[in-house]
Amino acid sequence: MTGKVAPVIDFARNVRLWFSPAEVRDDGETPDYRFSLANERTFLAWLRTALALIGGGFAVDQFLPDLPWGWRVGLALALLAAGALCALRAVNHWVRCERAMRRGEDLPVSRFPALLGVVVAGVAVVMVVVVLVGWEA
Amino acid sequence: MTPGVPVPGERDPGLQPERTRLAWRRTTLASTVVAVLAGKAGLAGGASGGVLAAGVVCCVGWAGVLVVAQRRIRGLAGGGEPERLSLRYAVGVVVCVLVTVGGGAGVVLG
Repeated sequence: MTGKVAPVIDFARNVRLWFSPAEVRDDGETPDYRFSLANERTFLAWLRTALALIGGGFAVDQFLPDLPWGWRVGLALALLAAGALCALRAVNHWVRCERAMRRGEDLPVSRFPALLGVVVAGVAVVMVVVVLVGWEA
Repeated sequence: MTPGVPVPGERDPGLQPERTRLAWRRTTLASTVVAVLAGKAGLAGGASGGVLAAGVVCCVGWAGVLVVAQRRIRGLAGGGEPERLSLRYAVGVVVCVLVTVGGGAGVVLG
């Protein structure tokens, strides 16, 4: 079973596709332009999610001065990294959707939204606890 | 004629190009907020040389997003069937966001 290896190979193939637009265009047939535009808007929505995470990183750095330096910088860098990951995943997902539409295949499924949701919820719960208990306690 | 398929030269009743254009506008707005936050972080952290350089990198990323969005919006503005998003623009705008993250890491650490 190549369950662990296959996603890595798929990702490498997708990265190659990012830089060879002609390959995407030649694949299958051109879908209704409205589907392509909807895919583009989804891509942009994910990009804004990434920008929100990045902005959150700057906000943590700025507006939590009472946090110890390590925690503050660590949390800020983690949010910046999450934003970068989200942006990379956005373009990867856009390419995969575009290709699936051209080939008439099912759209790719992803566990990334659920994963991101759980992580954001977890961070939010921790912050609520920190605020209620008080950082000093 | 298949129902729902737009006739060339006629306005798309679903306003797809307009909605896509506004999505690009929202994205530039979000990236502007990020750039302002980065600027504030840089200035508050005592503008040393390193932080200043990182702030400039952030601004370059922001300007890149603006340029790509402007070109894309212009591509959508023409009548008829709109151009599709090219891979160059999609990868370009993500690279600009990554540049912003790189500069941001410098600002936070500086």
